[in-house]
Formats: sequence, C-alpha cells, structure tokens
Amino acid sequence: MNSTTPPARVLVVDDEPGIVTSLEFLLKQAGFTVSTATDGDSGLEKAQAERPDLILLDIMMPGRDGFEVCQTLRADPAMANTKIVMLTARSRDAEQAKGLALGADDYITKPFSTRDLVARVQELLAA
Amino acid sequence: MLQSETIIAVALGYVGLLFAIAWYGDRRAATGRSLIASPFVYALSLAVYCTAWTFFGSVGLAAESGMAFLPTYLGPTLMAVLWPIVLIKMLHVARAQRITSIADFIAARYGKSATIAALVTVMAVVAIVPYIALQLKAVSISFSVAARDWPELDGSAGLLTDSALYIALFMAAFAMIFGTRRIDATERHEGLVAAVAFESLVKLLAFLALGIFVCFFLFSSPLEIFARAAEHPELRAGFTGTASDSWLTMLLLAMFAILLLPRQFQVAVVENVDPGHVRQAMWLFPLYLLLINLFVLPIALAGKLLLGADVPGDRYVLLLPGEAGAQWLTLLVGIGGLSAATSMIIVETTALATMISNDLVLPGLLRARAFGNAGSGAISRQLLLSRRLAILAVLLLGYAYFRIAGETRSLVSIGLISFAGVAQLAPALFGGLFWKEATRAGAMAGLLAGFLIWGYTLLLPSFGFAASLIADGPLGVAWLSPHRLFGMEGLQPLSHGVLWSLLVNAAVFVIISLFGRQDAAESAQAALFVDALTPGQRDASVAMWRGGAPVQELRALVARILGQEQAERIIGRAGDDGSADAQLMQKVESELAAAIGSASARIMVASIAREAPLSMEEVLDILGETSQAHYQNRLLEQKSRALARTTEMLERSNQQLREMDRIKDEFLATVTHELRTPLTSIRAFTEILRDNPALDDVERSRFLDIVVGETERLTRLINQVLDMQRLESQGMDWQPSRFELGETIATGIESMRHLFDDADVALRYEGTSDEVVVEADRDRITQVLLNLLANALKFTPAQDGRVTVTLDSDAGWARVCVQDNGPGIAPEDHELIFDKFHQSRDPRGGKPHGTGLGLPISRQIVAHFGGSLDVDSRPGEGARFCFRLPLPHSGDAA
Repeated sequence: MNSTTPPARVLVVDDEPGIVTSLEFLLKQAGFTVSTATDGDSGLEKAQAERPDLILLDIMMPGRDGFEVCQTLRADPAMANTKIVMLTARSRDAEQAKGLALGADDYITKPFSTRDLVARVQELLAA
Repeated sequence: MLQSETIIAVALGYVGLLFAIAWYGDRRAATGRSLIASPFVYALSLAVYCTAWTFFGSVGLAAESGMAFLPTYLGPTLMAVLWPIVLIKMLHVARAQRITSIADFIAARYGKSATIAALVTVMAVVAIVPYIALQLKAVSISFSVAARDWPELDGSAGLLTDSALYIALFMAAFAMIFGTRRIDATERHEGLVAAVAFESLVKLLAFLALGIFVCFFLFSSPLEIFARAAEHPELRAGFTGTASDSWLTMLLLAMFAILLLPRQFQVAVVENVDPGHVRQAMWLFPLYLLLINLFVLPIALAGKLLLGADVPGDRYVLLLPGEAGAQWLTLLVGIGGLSAATSMIIVETTALATMISNDLVLPGLLRARAFGNAGSGAISRQLLLSRRLAILAVLLLGYAYFRIAGETRSLVSIGLISFAGVAQLAPALFGGLFWKEATRAGAMAGLLAGFLIWGYTLLLPSFGFAASLIADGPLGVAWLSPHRLFGMEGLQPLSHGVLWSLLVNAAVFVIISLFGRQDAAESAQAALFVDALTPGQRDASVAMWRGGAPVQELRALVARILGQEQAERIIGRAGDDGSADAQLMQKVESELAAAIGSASARIMVASIAREAPLSMEEVLDILGETSQAHYQNRLLEQKSRALARTTEMLERSNQQLREMDRIKDEFLATVTHELRTPLTSIRAFTEILRDNPALDDVERSRFLDIVVGETERLTRLINQVLDMQRLESQGMDWQPSRFELGETIATGIESMRHLFDDADVALRYEGTSDEVVVEADRDRITQVLLNLLANALKFTPAQDGRVTVTLDSDAGWARVCVQDNGPGIAPEDHELIFDKFHQSRDPRGGKPHGTGLGLPISRQIVAHFGGSLDVDSRPGEGARFCFRLPLPHSGDAA
C-alpha cells in the first residue's frame, strides 16, 4: 500500500451479522475502504453500484446465494477487474471447485484465521 | 340242416381261435409291439356297433318295412363327420383323466361325482339289459334255425331246458375270461380289441359272402331280384313309403348310440391307442357300414320271394343258403352272427362290469370300510371278483328280460329301447363337453328326469303286462298313458318316448345349470373338459390336493389296489417317513383312476389326505381361467412377479438407504455449517481482541457480547442436535408423569416474561378454570412451550408486539396455543417450517438466532405422547401454533 494511491475498496457480503462486523473491523484496520451487505440481492446491487476491487462473498445466504451472485457479476464485463473471494462454512471440495469454476478468484473456509484472511486479501489486490 | 354237435364244435373252435387272438394281442401289448395300433383295427373295433341285431335284424326290418333299417347306419355315418370335434376332444380328456368308462367320463366332468357315476352306471345297465336280451335271442334263434335237432325256441320252455339260459351262461363265462383277466393300471384290453376287430372282419365277410351268394347264385344278379320284387305290389309298397317320424328318431338315436353305448365308448375312447386313428376311422368305419348294408335289401327281397310270407325276416340270412343246399354258408353265416353277438356281449358286459365295480361296488365297500386292514392287492382281487359277478348278473338280467318281454318283440324294437336309454346320457355328456357352465346338479336332474321318462314311456310298455296301462293310462287317466303323455297323439311310441325324455332331460339340465353354481372341483373339471383342445391345456390335470398325506399310507393304498409292484413303480423311492407333496398325490389319484374310476380314486385318496381338497377360491386362484398348464404358468408368473417385487423392494430400500445416507450427509453438512457459523464469529472476535489490546471499552464490550451470544447459540445448537438425535434413535430419556397443564404453562410463561418485557412485547395467558391433567414428560412439554414462545417473540413486530397463550380442553384433548401478531406464514410453508434446519427469515432483516431444530423437536416430543403440533396462519395475520395432548381416560385418573 502506499499513500499516493486511493485505498482499495472491499465489499463484504454475508448474512451473519457477527461475521460482517468482524470482517469490517479487520479490513478497515488493514486500510481498506469497506462496505457491507447481509444478503445476496443487496450484495449484488452494492457490487454493481460501487464496483469494489474485491468482494468477500458468503455462499450460504437466503435469497440469491453466493454462487448466483458470483455468476451474475462475472457475466458483467464492467466487473471484470473485481476480485471475488468466496467464504464457505462447508469444506467440501465440490463447493470450492464450483466457486472457482464460476469465476471466483479464491475461497476461504470458515472459521478462518483473521491474519490469514487479511494477508490473502492483500495478496490478491497486489497481484 | 346241420347237426347240433357240428354247430357246437365249430362254435367252440371259433371261440378257441378268438382266445388265441386275444392272447396273442395281449402278449404283443406286453412286449410293446401293439397288434392294434392301426387305424384299420380301430375302425374294425368300432364295428362292434354291428351286433346280431344288424346281422339278422336288418334283413328282418328291411323285409317288414323297406328302408327303415338305414337310419341306424346313417346316424353313425353322420356322427363320424363330427368326430374331429367331438371324439378327438373326448379322447384327449379321457387320456388326461385316465377315464375307464362312460360313467367315469360323465362323473369326472361334474367334479368326479360318485353320485353321477353311480346314476349313469344304473342307467346304462338298465338301458343295456334289453339289448343283451336281444343278443341272446338272436343266438338262440340262429341255433334253432341252423340245427335241425335244436329245440325250437319257446318262451314257455322250462329254465333248465331253455337253450337261451345256457347261451347266457356260456357268454358270461366267455366274457369273464376275456374282459376281466386282470386289473391293471391302464384299463385297456389290447387282446380283447384284437379279437373284436377279428370278429368284425368275420361278420362282414360272412355277410358279404351271403350277399354275393344270394345275388349271383340264387339269382343271376341283384337286378333280377329287384325286377322280380317289383312284380309284387306289396313288396313295392315297402320300398316307396315316405320317411316317418320314427325314421328321424332312429337317425338321432343312432347318432348318439355310436358314442354313448357303453361298448362303443369302450372301444372308441377307452381302448383307443392313438387319437390320430380317428382321422382314418372317419371314413373307414362308414365304409364298413356301407359294405355290411350293401346286400341287406337284396337278401330281404330274396327271402320274401323264396321263403314266403310266413317265415320271419329275422331268419332269412340263415335259411337262404339252405335253399341251395350250401351248408357251409349256413355255418359261415352262423359264425358271423355268433361273432356279432359275442363281440357285442363281451365288450358291453366288460364295460358295464367296469362301471358296476368301480362306481357301484367299490364306493359301497369304501363306505362300509371293508378294506380296513386289507393286504397288498386285496382290493384288486375283490374288484376282479365283483367284475366277474357283474358280468354274470348283467347276462342273467338280459336273460330275465328275454323271458319276460323278449318273445313279444322284434329284434329291432328291443334294440331301439336301449338306444333311447343311452341317448339320455347325451345332454350331460355333450353338454358338459362344450358348455363350461353345465353343473353337477343340472346333469344329475337331467339324467334322472330323462331316465324316468324313458323307463315309463319306452321300457315299461315293452313288458306284456303293461298293455292295459298303455291303453287306458295309469288308473284310467288317459293323458298319462306311456304312449300319449299329456295327450300327445300321432307319434310312433318310440318317437313319443324319445321326444319327451330327451326334451325334459335337456331342458332340466340347462335350466338347473343356469341357476346353479359350481363348486371348486366341478369348475376345475369343467374347464379341463371344455378347454381340452385349447393349446397348452392338453393332457392337463388339476392338482386338487394340498399334499401332506403320509407317503407310507399312500404306498399301502396303491399296493392294496394295484399290488406291491405298481406301488413301487408309482411312488418310487419317496421316503416312507415323509409326507407326499401335491404332485405325488395327484399322480396316485391319476393312476388309481385308471383302474377304479375317477370318482372312486378321488374318494380313496381323500380318505388319506390330511386336509380337505382345495376350496373354490384356492382352485380358482390357482386356475385363473383354469388348467394345470395355466396353473404352472401362473406359478411361474407369480414367482417372477415375486422376484420382481423383491427386486423392486431391494431397489426401493437401496434408494431409501441412499436417501437416508444423503439425508445424513446433508444433516452433517448442515450441522457442520451451523456449528461453524457461530464459531467463525467467536474465533474472529477472539483474535481481534487478542491482536488489539488497545481497543476502546465500548468496542471491546460489543465484541465480547457477540462472542458470548454466539457461544450461547453454539451451546443451544449442540443441545438441540443431541435432542434430535435422541428422538430419532429412540434414545430419549422420557420422564412421563401426570401433571396439571395450566400450572405448567403459567410457570413456563413466567420464566420467559423478562425477555418479553425487554422486547416490549405484551404476553398474555388465557387459561381455563378446569383442571387439565395430562400424562407426559413435564420438562419436555415445557421445552415445547418455551420454544413456541421464543419463536413468537422473534417474529412479533418491534411496535405493539402481542403474544397470547391459551389453554382449553375438549373431547378428550387438551389444547395449548401460542398466537403472535407477526408477519404470518404462507400456507405453502406450513409444513416446511417443521423440517430440520428450516429457518424463517426475520422480516426486520436480521438473522434469527434459531437453529432450525426447535419446531421439529417440539413436534416429535408432542407426538411421542400421542399429540400433535400444527400451525394456523396466513401472511399478515400472525401465526398461531397449537399443540394437543390426549387427556387420560377418566377411569384411569389418578
């Protein structure tokens, strides 16, 4: 990070208020600009409106789930540069493979190590 | 004229020749090279139809009334056309059912009824007795005509000086030796048939020789005979008369007789070697009839021309050769007549004796339990004895009839009474062969009615003492006269009797059959008879036994009737200790049927069978449309269906297992997810707190609150998963007791009140003044109530939230309802919310802190105590969850 460039913007989409709160705190602490959404639909709206650099996207959500949101975003050329990281409480390989196949850049399994999570986000945004 | 010594010597020599042929025929049969396996022999054996009546009587009848002799031979010729339909079917049935006689055949058709067998036997014996008498009379006449020194036949002769008695006794001995030499498993007599066929040949040759002699030696040609006869007006009248009703009657009777006379049934059906022979016999037999009738008319006319009006026509054939001094021809014709009479008597009495012993004597003995401890072959010996006595009895009855009625009648009219008698079997036999619905009761009634009317209108008037009865009717009631029933006039007595007897017989048979029901054995047999030629059902027999008779007793039974050797052959090495299966019992019945008739065989086997034969339903079930072939098909079908069912069940349970596996995986995945979610928050905030010791107090306590909340959530979740698991594996530790529900609810509500107060939601309880006692686990019921209250609290609106709890009891049930004023639940979700891990969304956008297990657990708890938990709600109108518990019966109230 350097001070001459504006901070990267990260969108957190998860239906668990506790998790959203913790991620928001962690990412802000790491210097990112953070916005949040608690379900798939509002997450998609915010993503399209704000064009964040990276989205942390939970899979299991009511309404539109993470896969659908990911797929919709990837179909939009305007969102081509946005990195997507799937968050999943399930550790099945199939789900991870599906997320990656739909165009996600990475996935993180819950519960996660806060340090690892921040490091991964930084890594992806630096690439 | 011949010396009687010569005649007797020739006759004995001829009989000796017959014995030789019979012996040879049997020997060939024993070595498997049948002498009679030829359509020619079959056709010749059928010619046992031509008796002494034919031989002497045809000429007599032709002399009296011209062409009247013809219908007796046209009838069988017409019937021969139907043989491929009728006879072939009878042959297949007889073969499959091991039929031994016509009584056996009819009885078998009607469920192997012993009663029908006995009735038909009695009818046949009574009907045939006049016919036997006729043969005795013919032989007796022929001897007296041929032998100068033979005492002239005279009805008034003393018993001991009556030649007919000696002829009867001789014939009896002859028939006994021929027909009942042994009793074996197959009731066929190849030697007998060979001898009969030979006799048919002899009588044909004798008659043809006489015809040729008369036509070409006594006269120059048949044309001369006709030309000379035409010169006599009274002879001419005899041949130009129109056919009368008796012509038609005789035609009908002869059609039936060719298959229904016991001897015809014997040679045509029982003794048949190969049903394929019928095809050639169809034209060979009519050809035989044509040949034997070819010279009847010329001989009759020649007799009239040469012998004068005083000589009875019956005697022409014996007297005409003497006109030219051809003694050898007289002898040959005598042998021909003897052949005709003996073959008829042997076969007829053998057939009748079989029927009498199988269907009258044996059932009687069985009923009397005469065979209790009989040894091996004992029944066989008794049967043989009874058959011999039966032959003697039938011949003596014939002789008695001859003494009482014989003198007053011509050969032909006596024969026709017998024809009319056996014709009474026609409706039951032919009806049963083609009409599946014909019942035993119908056959029984028809046979009886026909028999009685025949006896009254035809047999009774044949006795001399009945003359006044005929003239005035019984007790002077004219319309009951045997010859004018119900005032029916204008018919010949024969036509009158035949019409009434057959009409009533057939009508009763059909009507009673239509209104009656068949039992299991009947309908099974009916199908086997009617469908005998249906492909795949030939040679079928129905197993009516369940099995289970001790093999030892079966073996003993067979040994007693057929001997030890046959018992070994039939039962084989089956263990004596075991019990027979249905198939073995069926085999034994079938083998016994061949010797003692189907009805007796059924009774015999039934006496051993531990269980009653199969019921109607069972048989129909087995039969479907009915037959063994069908049965086996059905068995196969059932087996493959069962196999398919098993496969399907396996498939289904596999699928269920897979589904359960999937559900378990799903459950595990869901539980894992649900556990990881609070864990994620807990870990994240714990790490944040660890890494940021300098956090301000507000933020620190906010984070810690979240951690505590998530920990509680985690604990609740683990408890509920455990509850769920225990409920599903029936491992729940229930503590049932009787308690007052109202008090429990009040306590539960109080424990929750502070939460409602905190959320500013009004909580109201509307109890009932009655005591509501239920029997359940109090803590678990409280758990259900708290769960419902927690749900209600979660979904009440932020402003003006109201929750009402009610309790009432009605009609044996206690009901507790929790009503909220939340957003309500869409009808399609009413059942969904009871699914595991289904979570309704908090309309305020927050995530409800439920586990998705509360409702399914609650429902299972209530269900455990016989109650139910349901929801009643519409979107926008709040939700009302009610659970019901059964009230204990007042009687058990503690």
